[in-house]
Amino acid sequence: MRYLRLLRLQLRTALLLALQYRLDFLVKALLSLAWVSVALVPLVVLFHQRDDIAGWRWPEALLVVGFFSLLKGVLDGAIRPSLQEVVERIRTGAFDFLLLKPADAQFLVSTARFELWNFADCCAGLTLIGYGLAHSGHRPTLGGVLLALALVGASLLILYSIWIIVVGLAFVAVKVDNLTYLFGSIYEAARWPASVFRGVLAFIFTFVIPLVVMTSFPALALLDRLGPRQALGAVAGAFVFAAVARALWLRSVRFYTSAGG
Amino acid sequence: MSVAVAVWWPLRLARLLAALLRVGLAQALAYRSEFIVWLLTTNMPLVMMLLWTTVAKDAPVGRFGQAQFGAYFLLTMAVRLLTGSWVVWEMTMEIRQGTLARRLLRPVHPFLAYCAEQAAAVPLRLLIVLPLLVVMVGWLGTGQLSREPLHWCLLPLALAGAWALLLSLMLLIGALALYWDSAISLFELWLALYFVLSGYTIPLELFPAGLRAVVTWLPFRFVLSFPVELALGLPSVGAALAALAVQWLYVLALFVAALTVFQRGLRRYAVFGG
Repeated sequence: MRYLRLLRLQLRTALLLALQYRLDFLVKALLSLAWVSVALVPLVVLFHQRDDIAGWRWPEALLVVGFFSLLKGVLDGAIRPSLQEVVERIRTGAFDFLLLKPADAQFLVSTARFELWNFADCCAGLTLIGYGLAHSGHRPTLGGVLLALALVGASLLILYSIWIIVVGLAFVAVKVDNLTYLFGSIYEAARWPASVFRGVLAFIFTFVIPLVVMTSFPALALLDRLGPRQALGAVAGAFVFAAVARALWLRSVRFYTSAGG
Repeated sequence: MSVAVAVWWPLRLARLLAALLRVGLAQALAYRSEFIVWLLTTNMPLVMMLLWTTVAKDAPVGRFGQAQFGAYFLLTMAVRLLTGSWVVWEMTMEIRQGTLARRLLRPVHPFLAYCAEQAAAVPLRLLIVLPLLVVMVGWLGTGQLSREPLHWCLLPLALAGAWALLLSLMLLIGALALYWDSAISLFELWLALYFVLSGYTIPLELFPAGLRAVVTWLPFRFVLSFPVELALGLPSVGAALAALAVQWLYVLALFVAALTVFQRGLRRYAVFGG
């Protein structure tokens, strides 16, 4: 209960801060929407030439992009800013103040900063999902929707865990900013339907950095095309990822030596 | 006396430039791990290559079969790696933190220093791009590349033009940061348009005819697609020369604009005691 109250407090602070610079907020929200539109252009041109790509039709590919934007909104709005803030605090030693607070360090680290204008991406994602679903001619079942929601939750958990692992590295290596950009660019590959990747890449993007799971699985779930084994595997994998991340986090914090030593 | 000055001034400039380039190279080498990471970050052409070659597996898209897409995107990646710069982030950060004042104290125009820093990084970029080109030739052979010697003569000029265009644009946006705190948003807008209109994610040939006519003369093409087209031997001799002229006109216009905005903006900057 206490943690929910803390979360609400952090969100409110972030909102107040964001609204202080209203023009900035608007410009950045519009920019993130511009990115979503721009990224759709290759897909539009592609489907202009072909009716389907590796078994995915236009509305179905839109679903994948929709889930991608939804996850990206949360990633850029909540996960990335907090963890970048933390890396900076580790570097300057201000992390001490965070450790001194009477709440779990990982929670405080994860809610350190929000960039609320990036949630415009979430709205764009939901719009794309709605549009894709409407045009796919498929009526989603309740089971499908619930499964898709569960998979989105699992995907967020995986993304969050990967980031925590990266931040854990910051205790040892300090300058991990570049890793955050690297991850951001690799994540862009999740925009495309799973069957585009074959061979080694398909393996990497399913089991090592499960991008394919994050965006294509929810889309398949909504279309009622996802097998129960795959869905269960994805959710179980997410929990395993989270457990590993938590364990690594607890170990990494012990490596923290403040700026003074 | 004036003759002595006329000889001495270019010599001084040459020595200055040499010193700046040396420092720039040392800096670039010092940041080599960031460089490598940035290199790995520029993987979108590879992902697009995967996407488009999957599409082209059953039937070619326009004139592009799998080999054509492979050559196109590998060349795109090479040009992007070779002509990149990071001066806009450096400039906006220095203006925001006030460290621009340090640069202004030096007897060198800040633009000269910025240009030299970026130019010094080019040998490193070349070092990175060469293996990529070797891989491309090894995998696809030289069948895709141009047979016309004029294209190869114009290619270094086109590459230099692409580098200079991007640099001038970055200097302009950096100079605008003297007026507007979030000038970097302009660069992000450019990037968003660049992704689509420069041939980075789709070859410009695949655009519908009307849009293609417009895109052919926008600056985005001259930063990426034009050098790639030359290497692939696509434009005719006349079209290539015309495009080269337009490219360098853009470079001139953007650079002059950057200088003007910077000069005006500096007066404002000084007023705030920054």
